Amino acid sequence: MEAIPDNAITRRRRNELRCALAVLVVLAILPLPISDVYTQNLIILTLFYAGLSQAWNILGGTCGQISLGHAFYFGVGAYTSTMLFTHLGIPPTLGMFAGGAMGGLMALLIGWPCFRLSGHYYVIATFVVGEIGSLLFLNWDWIGGASGLYIPFHGESWINLQFRTAKLPWHYLFLTFAAATWLVAWLIDGSRWGFAWRAVRDDVVAARSLGVSVFRSKMAAAVISGFFTGLGGALYGQFVGYIDPDSMMTGSLSVLISLPAVLGGVGTLWGPVVGAAILIPVRELSSTFLGGSGRGVDLMLYGAMIVLVALARPQGLVSLLALVRGGRNARTA
Amino acid sequence: MTADILLQAVIGGLLMGLIYALVAAGLSLIFGLMDVVNFAHGELLMVAMFATFSLWQLTGLDPLMVLPLVVVLMFALGVAIYHGLIARALTVQFNRGMVQIFVTFGLGIFIRGLAQFFYGGEFRSITGGMVANRTVQMAGIYVPLPQFAASLVCLGAFALLLVISRTEFGRALEATREDRDAVALIGINRDHIFAIGWGLGAATVGIAGVMLATFYYVSPNVGANFATIAYVTVALGGFGSLGGALVAGLLIGEIEALTALVLEPSLKQVGMFVVYLAVVLFRPRGLFGRL
Amino acid sequence: MLRLHDVSASYRGLKALQGVSMDVGKGEVVAVVGANGAGKSTLLRAIAGQVATTGSIEFDGESLAHVPAHMVTRRGISLVPEGRRLFPRLSVEDNLRLGAYSKRGDFDRFAPLELVFSLFPRLRERLMQRAGTLSGGEQQMLAIGRALMTQPRLLMLDEPSQGIMPKLVDDIFKAILRIRRLDVTILLVEQRLAESLEIADRAYVLQTGRVVMSGPAKQIAADAAVRQAYLGM
Repeated sequence: MEAIPDNAITRRRRNELRCALAVLVVLAILPLPISDVYTQNLIILTLFYAGLSQAWNILGGTCGQISLGHAFYFGVGAYTSTMLFTHLGIPPTLGMFAGGAMGGLMALLIGWPCFRLSGHYYVIATFVVGEIGSLLFLNWDWIGGASGLYIPFHGESWINLQFRTAKLPWHYLFLTFAAATWLVAWLIDGSRWGFAWRAVRDDVVAARSLGVSVFRSKMAAAVISGFFTGLGGALYGQFVGYIDPDSMMTGSLSVLISLPAVLGGVGTLWGPVVGAAILIPVRELSSTFLGGSGRGVDLMLYGAMIVLVALARPQGLVSLLALVRGGRNARTA
Repeated sequence: MTADILLQAVIGGLLMGLIYALVAAGLSLIFGLMDVVNFAHGELLMVAMFATFSLWQLTGLDPLMVLPLVVVLMFALGVAIYHGLIARALTVQFNRGMVQIFVTFGLGIFIRGLAQFFYGGEFRSITGGMVANRTVQMAGIYVPLPQFAASLVCLGAFALLLVISRTEFGRALEATREDRDAVALIGINRDHIFAIGWGLGAATVGIAGVMLATFYYVSPNVGANFATIAYVTVALGGFGSLGGALVAGLLIGEIEALTALVLEPSLKQVGMFVVYLAVVLFRPRGLFGRL
Repeated sequence: MLRLHDVSASYRGLKALQGVSMDVGKGEVVAVVGANGAGKSTLLRAIAGQVATTGSIEFDGESLAHVPAHMVTRRGISLVPEGRRLFPRLSVEDNLRLGAYSKRGDFDRFAPLELVFSLFPRLRERLMQRAGTLSGGEQQMLAIGRALMTQPRLLMLDEPSQGIMPKLVDDIFKAILRIRRLDVTILLVEQRLAESLEIADRAYVLQTGRVVMSGPAKQIAADAAVRQAYLGM
């Protein structure tokens, strides 16, 4: 690797932060003139998946461990926060952090055995663990089993994260979520951890020779990734007001969590954001306008888009942005 | 629990295990050959099941009679998938492993959409044919005839795969999997071998699909569950090992049948998942996987 | 028989060949010599269709441009590559028989087996053994044998003596001489200057991807200046 002068890195990182601030301001103003509920929801979901996929990207992209079991952390977070709320009356504003903590803990527990595996074996193991989790939750009566849990409505409240019809609070909540995950990813990117994790991703042997503890790096990445995924699950549970294993813990949700990062640009700061901004609207719009009759056109479109983007832009859609800017800040995954 | 019930479960597990094994064999074959996990494998199974259903419905032919035709169609589909998508995915410059995963994943979703487009979401089943709804009694144990026929065909398919692996083409397949860049030195076109490998993999899962369709419902989502079991089977047996797929498939079938005796039916898969995790913990490459 | 004109190629981002022109006549043994990194291996790989090139490569008057590697083999050019690239888990016999794979349909396609066994009697004794368990020298014999099974008219050998006991090196060079008598043209890349120039008719000296000298092998072997300047001996 060629030595890059320190000030060039600092300048690049400062530019990224400025860029993010600008995007944040735009996104903060964006919902104000929009009154159409469908569009509001669409933007909220996009923000949400941008944050969720950023969380996945910390483990899957920066550290290179492609997990297809993230829906489990997501569901655990949602269930934790919901159970705390319904049984102990702990408000979700606190409960979501507990949900995140449980997500992180699960990531640790699952990471401990799975990180001994590599390549396809790791991918399959995470997938299987996710399936086991979902099966157990489906059959666990105390938490509602297959019929799921309704989150009782206690009146409009920021403390309880409950809003009868207003969409604006959700917009800002999920914008905060997306911004927070972005900021964490940005901080990791410039830290020694980021360096170590990228080394683990690119070349395990070389990473070891640099004195990086491969296992500990993966575990650290998993905890942070699991934490934000669990937190996102808790938020999403509040948003929809109802949770069940079939909508919160399936393998296809795991894939959906990873897809924005994969299509946008895995291991890049802007990949999950760009990926979500394209994937989520296409998915939602096609299922609204083409999938209503259950005729599968939406699925075909969704599947074809994944295939085409993966083949045509294996480095991610974000690389197109780099082309536009003359490759100035191009970052290869 | 009487001995009869236990024996019944063991035999049921054996019959189902053979089907699991064959589904897994197709997956394992493709993986072993070229290091690609086919995440559309469940959808290939579903395609074969729908093809059987449609041919039975349109022509009234016995599902067992359409087996050869479906197998040929599945082979062609496998070759087409290789040439259309996988060959391209092998040549990308970035994130090759990830591209392979998501290209096959996207393909699976696409095929599911296609099935929904043509057949809708409801469950269908084949209600006629030589083996439909019949049982045979052997030593006091009732064995459903469709399952019995399916397991025999699956065994036959395994024997056929073994024969193929002993032919000169099988050697070429083995050579390609050992060193895909070196086969050009002996005039072998590796694209050709890869394509046939995909054809064989799809035909293999196609055989399982036809037989499964004689007693299992058919729907666009039917593949997902079998695919999950196939991934577990292959990872348990070791990627790329045909014998591993057979042993692991039987093991999974038995574990599932026995778990169903002690746990609720909805939890019958917990046993296989737990055994898989336990084995993989101590043997990360599965029972018969190569290091 | 083989004619290269102004051939350039990059390998791993480096310019490995820069405007190489050379001729190999039918029945000749031509040696390519030069220091490490001079581009000798890339030259053979370029002819075999394994690296992209510019310029023209003609074999028997037909261009090899855009001919995929496996078709180059089928046209009668066989490369015994650096590191041999055998199929280590397959038996010696399978490795040899696979050499004739692309000739399926010819009833006498396994005929070269006898030739291979007469050149390397050791292989006959090891038929059932896995290729990966052979010694370095035996593996080299097997690699040459496998190449002969494709019935080449041009045989290209990349460092056949690398990593082999000195006693077996002699056997291999003797085999090369016998192969040439069967009307097989040979293009040889070797580190061992003396031996290779001894069995070659002509030689090309490569330095940083360019042909810096060519001529009868004897003459190049005798030229002290060449040895000093280009071969570091």
